[in-house]
Amino acid sequence: VNEPRHRPIVPTDHPPSAPARLVDDFTPALVDVGAHQLCPGCGEPIAVRSLMEAIQELELVDRTVAVFGIGCFTAFSNNLDVEVLQALHGRAPSVATGAKRARPETIVVTVQGDGDMVSEGLQEVLHAAARGENITCVMLNNGVFGETGGHMSAATVLGQRTKTSLEGRDAVAHGRPILLADLVARLDGAAFVARCAVNSAGTVARTRKALLRALDTQRAGAGFSFVEILTMCPTGWFVETAEAPRYLAERLGAVHFSGVLKDIRGADGSPR
Amino acid sequence: MSDLGVLSQSAPARPGRRLMYGNEAIAEAMIAAGCRFFAGYPMTPFTEVLEEMARKLPEVGGVCMNAESELEAVGMAWGAAATGTRAATGSTGQGLSLMQESLAEITLARLPLVVLNMARGQGDYWQATRGGGHGDYRHLVLAPVDVVEAVELVQRAFHLAATWRNPVVVMGDYYLAHTARAVEVAPLDLGPAPPTDWALTGRSGGSGRAKLVSFLGSVKQRDDVGYDLAVHYRACAEHTAAMLRDVPPLVEQGLVDDADVVVVAFGTPGAYVRAAVRSLREEGHKVGWVRPVTLVPFPTATVAGAGRRARAVAVYENNTGQMIDDVRLAVLGAAPVEFIGGLSLDPSGFGIAPDLDVGLLRRRILDVVERHR
Repeated sequence: VNEPRHRPIVPTDHPPSAPARLVDDFTPALVDVGAHQLCPGCGEPIAVRSLMEAIQELELVDRTVAVFGIGCFTAFSNNLDVEVLQALHGRAPSVATGAKRARPETIVVTVQGDGDMVSEGLQEVLHAAARGENITCVMLNNGVFGETGGHMSAATVLGQRTKTSLEGRDAVAHGRPILLADLVARLDGAAFVARCAVNSAGTVARTRKALLRALDTQRAGAGFSFVEILTMCPTGWFVETAEAPRYLAERLGAVHFSGVLKDIRGADGSPR
Repeated sequence: MSDLGVLSQSAPARPGRRLMYGNEAIAEAMIAAGCRFFAGYPMTPFTEVLEEMARKLPEVGGVCMNAESELEAVGMAWGAAATGTRAATGSTGQGLSLMQESLAEITLARLPLVVLNMARGQGDYWQATRGGGHGDYRHLVLAPVDVVEAVELVQRAFHLAATWRNPVVVMGDYYLAHTARAVEVAPLDLGPAPPTDWALTGRSGGSGRAKLVSFLGSVKQRDDVGYDLAVHYRACAEHTAAMLRDVPPLVEQGLVDDADVVVVAFGTPGAYVRAAVRSLREEGHKVGWVRPVTLVPFPTATVAGAGRRARAVAVYENNTGQMIDDVRLAVLGAAPVEFIGGLSLDPSGFGIAPDLDVGLLRRRILDVVERHR
């Protein structure tokens, strides 16, 4: 059922030299509608797709409840073939907690952005992590409020230009960014914490691996799992579409370091 | 629209009775009504409901969460309700202020939920009946007069919430929370509730028709992109209109047929008004009372009828005058509507009203009688 697909990797570090032509339909099985209205170059569809593929690979499709926050990614909340519970901006972790506690047999995953999770609802994710709530929280971090058109969030890195920090985020004027994965990893209830990105084929592959591990952590009942995914937002960053993957690596990636920050289970899945 | 008759005013002598504080009886009534998920945050005079649920829910296989904030309490209740679990949350009006954003969207997501407001005084009438949050929605609101009635209304609240897939607010106060009464909490047979085939279980994933519970719409867009908000909001509006039309208002009234002055009060003050009116009647004064039990829907027909027969309508609330708006809208100028006070001067801040006193109420009602003789 879940045959790994081997396809040629499309280079993303330069614009295509020839016009695109359809060679195959790559729409993932769990995304009902191939089209979406997110901007060209946006990283969020890649992240959502990676999550859906991980759910499918672990055969959790008929056990999953995805709790969506509010952001551009909310465009996917009504066209996925997993059950979706729409939550308010900032509130997905508590809503996910209620669903999971009421139905412990489900796999409950939240999808939120950095504005949603770090700015509006920081306490929610920290409390859920501290409780060791057996859910998976996924944060799509582009360091900006993309849906409103590029405004500063609590995760915006120093120097990043936004509509509310036109000359770049300044430590004195605006304060410093919150590095959420690092914060979550410090809490005893967190069992798996990783930060990834989707700005290249290699980072996408590592993102998928982290999502698999996070979902498996929940399936094993080992505690709170958290995956932060750095995503491109060329519109909100005011950079050329083709420049966004490099901007992500040089600006966001230089502050929000990628890697597995915490994994309390052994390689075989057993508690350490 | 028809108003139902008088609800029970005293507990019948039955062996199952036990002396309980209001908050404990309310917790037992919730469990009797099938509530299996509760989330709350401590705050006087609501706190003991949370304590009791934390103690009793695990015994019946339920879950009680001592949430880290009211924001998270209502979120947890939201998530549990979406799975078809009978769920409730609560606080005082202050805590409910924090919950309002979620309570508004839970309503537009068409989820059943019971919300307790063990209020401080009665200053939350507008919060409960006018919405309290953003957007176009209504909650049903029930206001018990005492512990016995609370045991019944809490169970009705769960049934109404399940029937209408809409939050229902139960308005109490410090007196209801902390008054002990001998009551029996027996499950009420209120008839079957509709099936919860909309509830999330995870199991519809991969079917091509995976379920969606959202305040933006409940239809998966297979051939287009995004939600059709116009369709969703129209459906929500039609649902609200049907609910307000078809849910029968509950009301208690007494001695109104030949009354010159009818006094309207809800909740705990309703019991004091009832006592004051009865003692004035014994002295030959033509006074009566109306006590709305459902604040939404408001017993408009009963209040209007009283207004047509009486020379004046008086309103007593433990606030500066909120329900009086609904009384005026019901009476529609047929009789003068006078506010006879009730502002809490309570230095504790918990809504203990020093002027909630039968002697004081008698004098204020007599003043209205004198003015309209």
